[in-house]
Amino acid sequence: MKLEFTPPIGKISNMKGQCISLIGNDIDTDRIIPARFLKCVNFDSLGESVFEDDRKTLKGKHPFDLEENKNASILVVNSNFGCGSSREHAPQALMRWGIKAIIGESFADIFYSNCIAIGIPCFTLPKKSLEEIQNYCDNQSLFLEIDLRNSSAKSKDLNFNLEIKESSRKMFLSGEWDATSTLLENKNLIENKFNQLPYIKFSTNFL
Amino acid sequence: MSQDTLFDKVWDLHKVSSLPGGSDQLFIGLHLIHEVTSPQAFGALKDKRLKVKFPDRTVATVDHIVPTDNQNRPFKDNLAEQMIETLEKNCLEHKIKFFNIGSGNQGIVHVVAPELGLTQPGMTIACGDSHTSTHGAFGSIAFGIGTSQVRDVLATQTLAMNKLKVRQIWCDNKLSKGVYSKDLVLHIINRLGVKAGVGFAYEFAGPAIHELSMEERMTICNMSIEGGARCGYINPDEKTFSYIKNKLCAPKNEHWDKALRWWKSLKSDENSIYDDVIKLDASKVEPTVTWGITPGQSISINQQIPLLDDLSQNDKLVAKEAYEYMSFKPGQLIKDTPVDVCFIGSCTNGRISDLRVAAKILKGKKVSKNVKAFAVPGSEKVATEAKQEGIDQIFKDSGFQWREPGCSMCLAMNSDKLVGNQVSASSSNRNFKGRQGSPNGRTLLMSPAMVAAAAINGKVSDVRELIN
Repeated sequence: MKLEFTPPIGKISNMKGQCISLIGNDIDTDRIIPARFLKCVNFDSLGESVFEDDRKTLKGKHPFDLEENKNASILVVNSNFGCGSSREHAPQALMRWGIKAIIGESFADIFYSNCIAIGIPCFTLPKKSLEEIQNYCDNQSLFLEIDLRNSSAKSKDLNFNLEIKESSRKMFLSGEWDATSTLLENKNLIENKFNQLPYIKFSTNFL
Repeated sequence: MSQDTLFDKVWDLHKVSSLPGGSDQLFIGLHLIHEVTSPQAFGALKDKRLKVKFPDRTVATVDHIVPTDNQNRPFKDNLAEQMIETLEKNCLEHKIKFFNIGSGNQGIVHVVAPELGLTQPGMTIACGDSHTSTHGAFGSIAFGIGTSQVRDVLATQTLAMNKLKVRQIWCDNKLSKGVYSKDLVLHIINRLGVKAGVGFAYEFAGPAIHELSMEERMTICNMSIEGGARCGYINPDEKTFSYIKNKLCAPKNEHWDKALRWWKSLKSDENSIYDDVIKLDASKVEPTVTWGITPGQSISINQQIPLLDDLSQNDKLVAKEAYEYMSFKPGQLIKDTPVDVCFIGSCTNGRISDLRVAAKILKGKKVSKNVKAFAVPGSEKVATEAKQEGIDQIFKDSGFQWREPGCSMCLAMNSDKLVGNQVSASSSNRNFKGRQGSPNGRTLLMSPAMVAAAAINGKVSDVRELIN
């Protein structure tokens, strides 16, 4: 785990880093960060607890505990990663451990939105390509250079065309992935919508 | 692309703008918050020097961390106390209505909002909790969000989101005796898989769905997310309207008539277009139990745990992991599996009708001496109603512990936890590794009736043998 943590800010167009492979389908957010660590009012100390129970079970052999992975920043996973609970604590814990981007076969919807909202691009690749990366990582370190402008991933031996939702790609390139200010720009439209909605008028009591 | 479904109508009504990246800015009609996923969002507002845009459109309660044995303040758990205090402070500062413990209206957020009449057809509803899909039972478009999106909803009452596709799940006929909506939704998730719903909203429809009570409908929509669908909904009908009528926050007098007219116009058109349609025969569904570590790994009570060869290539990896974690052998029967703990509660099955069903089975019977059984009502209102009907006494007489309302052992953020590799028969929604508080605890998901049956027999049982 990195001692210094600085959250991403502004435009994100490329990233370089070592891959860390985590094999398994349907890895849920309870496993990424067990619920007992959600008893907090900020995200600061979550990095050290990422995959806590899985790591304990594997007694030092979990990818997040291996010495050779300690500087890795690109997480490579399989399908339906991040399913289950909506806890943003899951990507926050990954990010605080050092993860800056994730490549997988597929991601759960809420997990994906949470990643985008905090500046972690999630890319997809076909199963076969992922297996290729994961096999490669079994034997040696893989350093990837990802370019969001053309969604490519390059390394000494392997090259891939990554997929990412066009809306997410544009948001990272323009630096508008932190949505609040973009949403606030439409202040008048929001007021208009509020006034148009039929049910606002027939609400009672404190609403 | 879907057209003229309820989802399309409600989405289009709430769309504020098309954002530069291509997603939509969506107005959120009702925002629900709780103590776990909101503190960092309020923190972010402070950092950005922003205010809550429409404080009247956000409602708070406390559910995840509350103890269910002793709720006196300060809580014994300092961290839990800190979380409730933070929520109290944030609600006070931003003038947000907060249903605290003892208010008579506290409880699991997805139990509380419908029983207060806050949840209404045609609304968009968001909450920092994946089981927000529950509210879709009323014909609203409801989904879970993360903390950054909670911040956005607080600051702007909108969020950025890509429109979902719509899959209709048509359920023919009706459920047989001893089979409940929990069995139906487990069956659906098993059939479609836990990731089939990614990118989709699920519309549950057909005679079997129409037949269900509102609370049974909530159980189905609640678990949409376990099938990967962030949002699940059911077109509103007379049952929906009569459930809402006279609730605390329901429209009153002339507003009621206006609301009703509007709600009646909301359902999916007969010739609406879906991105996908799945049909199933609800009469074929049997009492269903999970055997693995995802809600999709379930079988009927009389089936064997599947062999590796019976599974698709994609499902094999997780199945292997599940056999090992659960210590089950492929081909083994799930029936008669001994259980250590029985839990009835949660936003899936902690409502009054769930407790009534279980009480009917427990009446005059005793919980097996090897089992620790406890019931946690979904809300203070549910607890009060249960007491008025004498249901709490039936539970207690049978040997169940009767607790105070909260999320409890669904996710074990309080002191209700499994110990070691205990097996739990649970009416909750997730059987993930470690979900119920012990890193090697084992969860079998089932209907509240099936949990009651397991409690009496000390092992997984077919509830139909107890009710016939």
